[in-house]
Amino acid sequence: MLKAHGYVGAPQNRVDGRAKVTGEARYAAEFDAPDLAYGIVISSAVAKGRITSIDASAALAIPGVVQVFTHENRPRTAWFNRNYRDDVAPPGSPFRPLYDEQVVYSGQPIALVVADEFEIAAHAASLVRIEYEIDTHMTDLDIKRSEAYVPPKKRSGVTPPPSPRGDADQAFARAPVKVHAEYRIAIEHHNPMEPHASTVIYEEDGKLTIHDKTQGVQNSQRYVSGVFGLSSDQVRVVSPFVGGAFGSGLRPQYQLFLAVMAALELKRSVRVVLTRDQMFTFGYRPQAIQTISLGANPDGTLQSIMHDAVQTTSSFEDYQEVIVNWSNLLYHCDNVKLTYSLAQVDTYTPSDMRAPGAATGVTAIETAMDELAYAAGIDPVELRLRNYTEVDEANKRDFTSKELRACYQLGAERFGWSKRNPQPRSMRERRELVGWGMATGVWEAFMQKTAARAVLGADGHLDVSTATSDIGTGTYTILTQIAADTLGVPIDKVTTRIGDSSLSKSPVQGGSWTAASAGTAVQVACRSVRETLFKYAREMDGSPLANASLEHVSFADGRIVLTNDQETGISFTDIMRARGVDKVEAEEKAAPGMMTSMRYSGYSHSAVFAEVRVDEELGIVRVTRIVNAVAAGTILNPKTARSQIIGGIVFGMGMALEEESLLDHNLGRFMNHNLAEYHVPVNADIHDIDVIFVSEHDDKLNPMGIKGLGEIGIVGTAAAIGNAIFHATGKRIRDYPITVDKILGS
Amino acid sequence: MSEIQNHPSPALDKVPVTLTVNGKTRTVEVLPWTVLLDLLRDHLGLTGTKKGCDHGQCGACTVLIDGKRMNSCMALAVMKDGASITTIEGLAVDGELHPLQQAFIDHDAFQCGYCTPGQICSGVALIQEGRARTRDEIREWMSGNICRCGAYTNIVDAIEQVLGSTTEAAQ
Repeated sequence: MLKAHGYVGAPQNRVDGRAKVTGEARYAAEFDAPDLAYGIVISSAVAKGRITSIDASAALAIPGVVQVFTHENRPRTAWFNRNYRDDVAPPGSPFRPLYDEQVVYSGQPIALVVADEFEIAAHAASLVRIEYEIDTHMTDLDIKRSEAYVPPKKRSGVTPPPSPRGDADQAFARAPVKVHAEYRIAIEHHNPMEPHASTVIYEEDGKLTIHDKTQGVQNSQRYVSGVFGLSSDQVRVVSPFVGGAFGSGLRPQYQLFLAVMAALELKRSVRVVLTRDQMFTFGYRPQAIQTISLGANPDGTLQSIMHDAVQTTSSFEDYQEVIVNWSNLLYHCDNVKLTYSLAQVDTYTPSDMRAPGAATGVTAIETAMDELAYAAGIDPVELRLRNYTEVDEANKRDFTSKELRACYQLGAERFGWSKRNPQPRSMRERRELVGWGMATGVWEAFMQKTAARAVLGADGHLDVSTATSDIGTGTYTILTQIAADTLGVPIDKVTTRIGDSSLSKSPVQGGSWTAASAGTAVQVACRSVRETLFKYAREMDGSPLANASLEHVSFADGRIVLTNDQETGISFTDIMRARGVDKVEAEEKAAPGMMTSMRYSGYSHSAVFAEVRVDEELGIVRVTRIVNAVAAGTILNPKTARSQIIGGIVFGMGMALEEESLLDHNLGRFMNHNLAEYHVPVNADIHDIDVIFVSEHDDKLNPMGIKGLGEIGIVGTAAAIGNAIFHATGKRIRDYPITVDKILGS
Repeated sequence: MSEIQNHPSPALDKVPVTLTVNGKTRTVEVLPWTVLLDLLRDHLGLTGTKKGCDHGQCGACTVLIDGKRMNSCMALAVMKDGASITTIEGLAVDGELHPLQQAFIDHDAFQCGYCTPGQICSGVALIQEGRARTRDEIREWMSGNICRCGAYTNIVDAIEQVLGSTTEAAQ
C-alpha cells in the first residue's frame, strides 16, 4: 500500500535526534516562566498513622518562603472519587494528596514548601516539624497472601483469567512427568532517568499551561480539570519530550496535583520536581508469588497447566494486570486452571511497568517450561514446538498472524543452539561456567481509538499532529515516515507535533499500542488530504488527471502523477493555486475493527536466547550474549525498532539479575530508594545483543499490520537468563532477581 | 528533631560566582549552598545538563570542568568559582555538531534523550582521556552514565566510531 519514497520499513534516524544531542529538547522541569516559584515535597516518615501536628513556622520565617501547604490549609478540591480517577486508574479510591491527616503509606506527600528559589525551598523544607501518631502497618506479602482475594471489580482493559477447562488437578495427578514450584518476582520501580516534574505556568488570564512528565497529556488535562473544577479550555498540558517513563507516567502523579494546587492558590507559576528517592513513593511493579504445576506425557505434551498468582496492591485501589493467562495462550493444553488474586499492603498502588503482567507471568511459566524440558529430557525449543498452538486456547480464535515458529528457528540458528549440550555444568571457560538458556516472549497487539490531523500547505510542507507522546519510543519519527509516504513528500518537509493536549484526541502512550493507533490515525488523515487534493486536481481546467482514478496516480515529490506515466502530473502547489486555497487539511479517527477483535486474537511473539557466564566463587553472573527473534508484524523503522527491543532486553536483564525494591517490613518503607542501591544495568553489564525481526505479514489488525514493540523486548528475557544460569550451574533459582547471594547460597 | 530546630539558619546572603561557560564568562549571585547543576539549569537556563538523581549516581549531569568530566550535581557552585565549564550546549561549533553528537544520531544511541547530554559529555572526555581502546574499556569507562532506555550497545558503537576516527587521525 505504501509506495512513493518508501520511508516506512527503511532505517531512519530519529527526527528529534538533533534536539536531543544538543540539549535543545526541553523536558517538564525545563520550561521557564516569569516569577516562577519552586515547590519541594515533604514525604511521610511513617507508613501508617495520623499526622498530629505540623509546625511550619520556622520554614515560613525564612525570607523567600511563600507558603507551606498541608492538609490543614489546602484549598478545596473535588469531592467525588470519579474526579480523581484518571484514564488508566484501577478500581478503588484514588489517592488524594494533602487530603487529610491520615497517612496510608511511607513516603506519602504530606506538605509542599513553596519558595522564590529552589535552594530556599529545599532549606525551608528541612525546618518543617511533623509529628505522627503511628498505626500498625503491613507490607509483607508473605503474611498478607493468606488474606488474598479475587478483585470484585475488574480493571478496564485487563482480562481476568478464563474459566477452568477440563480437570487440571486430576490430569496433573495422573501425569507421568511433573513440575510443581513457586516463583517469585520482586518489586521493581520504573526509575526513568527524568524524575517526575510539573511546571505549571499561570498565564495572565488565569489559564494554566502545564508541562508535565506524562505519557498522556490529555489524561493529565482531564485529571487537573476534574480535580480542580476547571473547564478544559483553562488547562493545556504540553509535554513535547518525556525523559523515559516505562509506565510511571501513565497516571497523573502527585507532583502534578501539588504544582497545580499551589499555582492556583498563589496565582503564580510553580514548578515541583520529585527527588530520586521520591521516585520510590508512587507506582511500582508489584511483588508476585506464583505457583505453577505442569503435568506432561513422556513426550513432553502438556496434560495439565495450573498457574496461580497473588500480587500486591494498595489498601485503596485494586491494581490488576494479566499474569496467568499467558501460560495457556502460549501452549496447547486441554486441562487448564488459572487463578489470580490480590493482597493489600500499606504502600502506594502499584502501576503498569513495561509489559505489566507479562513480564511477571511469562518469566514464571517460561522458567517452569525449562524445568519441564529437563524433567522430560527434551530440548527446551523442541518442548515448546511440541506444545505449540495455532489458536488462542482461551477462546479458540485464530491469531491475526503468528510467526513464533520462525522466531524459534531463526533465533536458534543465529545463536548456535544446536551445539548445546543439555547437561548442566557441561561448559566452562577458565573460572566461569557457561550456560545457554531460552524462553518465549508474548505481548498483546493492542490498538486504541485515536484521532490525527494533517495539514498540507501550498508550499509542500506537511504538518501532522495528535496528542500522543514520545517517551523515547520513536513516535515522532515513525509518524513522520508514515505521513511522508502517504502524501509523497520528502521526510524533511514533514513536521510532526505531539505531546500537547490541544491536539487531536489520543489515548495515553502505553501497552505498545501507539504505533498502531497514532500511526493509523496519521495515515488515515493523510489519505483524506490525498483524496481532497486529488479531487481538486481532477477538477482543474484541462487537468491531465481528469480521467484518472485515485488507484492510478502516485503522490511523489510534491506532485500527483499518473503511476504509468510519471511525466504527466500536477504539483501540489499548482493544484492549490488553481483551487484558490493555501492548504488542504483533514482530521480523522482510527479505531480497531470490531469484526477483527471478535474473530481473531492479535499478539506479538519472540524467542529469546541467552548465554551467561557464572563465576561460582564470586557468584557473579555476566550475560555475554542475547539473541532475540521477534515477530511483531510490520516494522516501521528497523533502526528505532531495534533500539526498542534492545532497551526491553536491558530492562529484562535488570529484572533477571539486579532490580529489586527492598522493603523494610519493620518500617514499611523501601530501603534502597536511590540509584546506588536500586541496581539497574549499566554499560559494563551489557555485551552482545542481537535482534532479529522475523518477517510477519498481518492484514487483519490494522491497515499497516503494526503490532508495537515497547513491551515485547522484556518479555521472556529474564526467564532465558534464569534458564541459562541453571544450564551453567545446575542450580534452579526461582526467585528473581537472581543475585549473588542466591547463586552462592545453598 | 530539637537539634534541627536549634541549628542556626544559614546566612541568606548571596555570593558571586564567576564561571566561563561554553566560552562566555558569566557572573551570578547565588546562595552559598547552590549546586553547580542547579546554577547551570535554573540560573543560566542551560537545561541541556540534566538532573537525574542529584547524588552522583546516574551521570545525567555530566559536564566538562576544566576539561575533565564531572557530575555537576556533586559540586557546590562556589567551589568552582573561576572554572571553565563546557556543557552539551557548547559542543557544537557554529551549528556544526561535534562528531560524537552526530555519531549518537547515526547509531541511535538514545531513546528518551534524557541521559544523552551526560553520555555525550562523558564520551567526549573519554575520547580525550585516551584510556579506552576496546569495547570492553569503553563499557567500563562509560558505566558512570546510566541509560534506563538501555541504549548501551549503540552508545558503545557511537563512541567506538569516533574513537576510531580520532585514533586514525592521530596516526
